[in-house]
Amino acid sequence: MRFSVLKTSVFGAAVAALASFAAPASAADVGACLITKTDTNPFFVKMKEGATAKAKELGVTLKTYAGKIDGDTESQVAAIESCIADGAKGILITASDTKGIVPTIKKARDAGILVIALDTPLEPADAADATFATDNLLAGKLIGQWAAATLGDKAKDAKVAFLDLTPSQPTVDVLRDQGFMIGFGIDPKDANKIGDEDDPRIVGHDITNGNEEGGRKAMENLLQKDPSINVVHTINEPAAAGAYEALKAVGMEKNVLIVSVDGGCPGVKNVEGGVIGATSQQYPLLMASLGVEAIKKFADSGEKPKPTEGKSFVDTGVALVTDKPASGVESIDVKTGLAKCWG
Amino acid sequence: MTTEPILTARGLVKRYGRVTALNSADFDLYPGEILAVIGDNGAGKSSLIKAISGAVTPDDGEILLEGKPVQFKSPMEARAAGIETVYQNLALSPALSIADNMFLGREIRKPGILGSWFRMLDRAAMEKRAREKLTELGLMTIQNIGQAVETLSGGQRQGVAVARAAAFGSRVVIMDEPTAALGVKESRRVLELILDVKRRGLPIVLISHNMPHVFEVADRIHIHRLGRRLTVINPKEYSMSDAVAFMTGAKAPPEAAAIAA
Amino acid sequence: MTDASADARRPQEFEKVLTGADTAVADFDTHTRSTLEKIQHFLHSNPAAVPLIVLVASVLVFGLIIGGKFFSAFSMTLILQQVAITGVIGAAQTLVILTAGIDLSVGAIMVLSSVVMGQFAFRYGLPPSIAILCGFAVGALCGWINGALVAYMKLPPFIVTLGMWQIVLASNFLYSANETIRAQDIETQAPILQFFGNNFRMGNAVFTYGVVAMVLLVAILWYVLNHTAWGRHVYAIGDDPDAAELSGVRVTRMLLSVYVLSGLICALGGWLLIGRIGSVSPTAGQFANIESITAVVIGGISLFGGRGSILGMLFGALIVGVFSLGLRLIGTDPQWTYLLIGVLIISAVAIDQWIRKVAG
Repeated sequence: MRFSVLKTSVFGAAVAALASFAAPASAADVGACLITKTDTNPFFVKMKEGATAKAKELGVTLKTYAGKIDGDTESQVAAIESCIADGAKGILITASDTKGIVPTIKKARDAGILVIALDTPLEPADAADATFATDNLLAGKLIGQWAAATLGDKAKDAKVAFLDLTPSQPTVDVLRDQGFMIGFGIDPKDANKIGDEDDPRIVGHDITNGNEEGGRKAMENLLQKDPSINVVHTINEPAAAGAYEALKAVGMEKNVLIVSVDGGCPGVKNVEGGVIGATSQQYPLLMASLGVEAIKKFADSGEKPKPTEGKSFVDTGVALVTDKPASGVESIDVKTGLAKCWG
Repeated sequence: MTTEPILTARGLVKRYGRVTALNSADFDLYPGEILAVIGDNGAGKSSLIKAISGAVTPDDGEILLEGKPVQFKSPMEARAAGIETVYQNLALSPALSIADNMFLGREIRKPGILGSWFRMLDRAAMEKRAREKLTELGLMTIQNIGQAVETLSGGQRQGVAVARAAAFGSRVVIMDEPTAALGVKESRRVLELILDVKRRGLPIVLISHNMPHVFEVADRIHIHRLGRRLTVINPKEYSMSDAVAFMTGAKAPPEAAAIAA
Repeated sequence: MTDASADARRPQEFEKVLTGADTAVADFDTHTRSTLEKIQHFLHSNPAAVPLIVLVASVLVFGLIIGGKFFSAFSMTLILQQVAITGVIGAAQTLVILTAGIDLSVGAIMVLSSVVMGQFAFRYGLPPSIAILCGFAVGALCGWINGALVAYMKLPPFIVTLGMWQIVLASNFLYSANETIRAQDIETQAPILQFFGNNFRMGNAVFTYGVVAMVLLVAILWYVLNHTAWGRHVYAIGDDPDAAELSGVRVTRMLLSVYVLSGLICALGGWLLIGRIGSVSPTAGQFANIESITAVVIGGISLFGGRGSILGMLFGALIVGVFSLGLRLIGTDPQWTYLLIGVLIISAVAIDQWIRKVAG
């Protein structure tokens, strides 16, 4: 009695949800799938936007899938299986588990489907027909070079904090972290491993999970280790924003250079506001639209995409965004960056 | 008996689906007496007790407390009317202290702003009253009133539950199988407790399977059978085997004794 | 029937021997206890003692290993800042767990509340203080739904809050479109949202308002749980809901109030979160439910309900904070923190079981 209203409304919502799932897809010649890690991260939202627009333009039927959370491989496996059953010509995927997804990818390729890894390379990278991604090593190098050039002579006495992603050191984490070192002029030793360096300028590495909370905590921890930190490398812009809060709490925000990678709109605005010194912007929209084009081409002519010259993948570009350009480091200004940002 | 019954039930009916637990049952309790209620399993005695203690609402029939009709929708309403029940499982919270348990659901707050604004409990007052009650019932060998109930023995827990009922039951105390879970020694102590409560003038309804205990303390015995009151007997006039025979239907009850008081 | 009546007023024959027996039925604890039993009894009546001892010991050990960098007013207050949100959410979790429930949706409610506070101010232009009240209202509503499903529909809390966790988190992402509101925008347009990020110093010690709020909240709840009827009823329900009901506790109403209060506290946590990270981020606080349960368990509060002290939860949260900062300053792999916290959780539950044997 008292809860019949509640029950009815819950039931009603469920029916509405089912009805929306059941909307039939119109049949078309070329089918494509976009499978992202999640559908909440603005990066993937932008990717979906790019893919959808391009698919409409080319007359490709695009279906999109996503894991529930980052790391949700089961949903991605199920998505690939659905795509195979659906007779799609191509799959674009940002894999949550770059190794674990490989056997399922093989099934799709055996079924004659073109598989393109977006943003995140598979392990091994040739498990996909092609990889469309940001050159994360370059992204790291750019911010490293910029930081070194901005500090000038002081770069050799700098104290650098590294705010990384997760303890498992995913590829993107390693590439950006080690790329920064190369750009800044720190010997990275084994460039496939974080933490084996012995340069005294490194204060330490801590993990942020790529969010504000983690960024703040990691910054606080490293400041405890060495309060003279003056350069902070961050894995992404939310972590950078968190680090800034920690620095502000101890009144150090003016003396420390924060660099980051991503190019999301809040991040670029933070460059504008002086929170972040410079950020390497990547282009998810481009990744996805190029991916859809490649699938269309493959469907029409059977031709597979070729990697960028000198690289093992199709580089979708990266640009350094800053309003304080440093000599010898190519960059675009915040205005240009804002026009291209995502999220 | 010339006095009026304190608690009366007439024609109580309670059905659970197709099972009739109470089939026009009657009940009378007189002031100052111990009335035992016995009956075979499934005779409906627990439904009868639940009806008069407010735990179930009868489908039909009426309950009179001191001559006035009452309708309890919950045990709380029965308690408010002065009917306290000691449940077989005691209804104590093991992790709470003796005093907290005795006052659970009717705590005393501190006077003044502390009580009205900060809702602060008056621990000292509650512990004092709890101590008084336990002392009255000869239970004050329990030294630490702030002790958790789970650290007490079975008999001591029973004592706390009885003391709680005696402290708040202004009209009637109902005890459901108070000795069922206890050893010989502890049972004896609890029987003495029951007589203590009676001495203080409170009428008691005692539900028990234990014939020796029933015959030892009861003034009258209400025999329940097939959902209704079969008869009421005086334990001085009948033996335990008679009672068992009535209860199980092996022997017809004496008609004249049915309303004996 | 004379034989029967003659016997009726006397103890049964077989009980006559009892006159010679020990009459001290209601005595207890007169036997001498071993030291171990004494410890067991002490811990039984002081449930927050174990986590407090572990906390003090771990501070001392890390202080000895690391020295001044760790053992300073600044570091100690930094740990407080780092655990403030876990402490607040842990307080909400404590209330629910004391009733023998569990709330998996606390973190999601916290984030949704913070998003509502931010978006209502920025998207709809409401005055920030009204937006904050709206955030509290949303927190209370989520708690009310949890409570109604648990108390009135008698669904298991684990299932209800597992579902609500998903529902609230999804609503959060759908509503916010995963849009972050930047710290700088908040600072200029709605600084009250960052209220709990303000701080004051006493020497090298830094206290954010968030830390003060957390400590006050725990202190108030400690008072409420121990010195008001409502608090005693929370324990009674967790202990044995049927007994509580029969003793006159209005169990359904109490449960509903516990979940609503828990939702409100989560909303407070959402406000603190904005102060802590500066911005309003829909992806924050993903693990707050697990962190709060960890704090509660390490704090010696029984997951079976009815036992434990909210102070224990605070100590539990601080232990986790001490370990993570301490191990980071030593420079170990972050995985060691997780490993040690895992060990602490299991030890805490083992100790809890041992202490409860006092009752057996």
